[in-house]
Amino acid sequence: MGKPVDGCVTPAQGPIQTSEPAAEMMQQSVKEVAGMRARVGQEAPDFEANAYYQGGFKNIKLSDYRGKWVVLCFYPGDFTFV
Amino acid sequence: MAAVAAQADTLNKLGVQILSVSTDSRFTHKIWQEEELTKMLPGGFPYPMLSDQGGRIGTIYGVYEEAAGVDFRGRFIIDPDGKIQAMEILTPEVGREVKELIRQVQAYQHVRATGEVTPAGWTPGKTTLKPGPALVGKVWEVWKPGA
Repeated sequence: MGKPVDGCVTPAQGPIQTSEPAAEMMQQSVKEVAGMRARVGQEAPDFEANAYYQGGFKNIKLSDYRGKWVVLCFYPGDFTFV
Repeated sequence: MAAVAAQADTLNKLGVQILSVSTDSRFTHKIWQEEELTKMLPGGFPYPMLSDQGGRIGTIYGVYEEAAGVDFRGRFIIDPDGKIQAMEILTPEVGREVKELIRQVQAYQHVRATGEVTPAGWTPGKTTLKPGPALVGKVWEVWKPGA
């Protein structure tokens, strides 16, 4: 990982689709993101997100960390109490 | 997240990369780090803080709560091949036990390194099992609950 590059306006892709979604999948709402779903024992769905790190902003992909143990921690929000 | 950061030394020794994700913007992450986290922990939160605005990432990981527009406390252990080995999802009111995260990482790393399997409650140094025909029906000889 390089140093954070200031990129306040660079949009991130969010979920990254690795294969063409099937036609019927395309008709599902965006919230299903065409069949991508995290499951234990399966490959973690890749994504790109805007991130804050070491005082700067950069875009980060999960797949940037292939070869390492990664713990992905979701949480309800900054400034919450637990 | 501060509780995870407080175990950063242990997690770093295990070679674990933490990525935190919430629906806050990266600008909010910056201010949270500067205004609060650096006052809870020396140096603040030491890992990348990712932004999942719109909940699209949380949705594919099964943790996005649409009504509130937030990601639940989901925690995923991903191995070096990119495979999810473990997950835990808590609603917002209850915090995580980071010691259990560390125990699970140690167990998965042991399994990956040795091919052995780790029984209930295993911690480093305790008995592991070597799966195979000879062990069928004989687990009681080598392991009991609480061992």
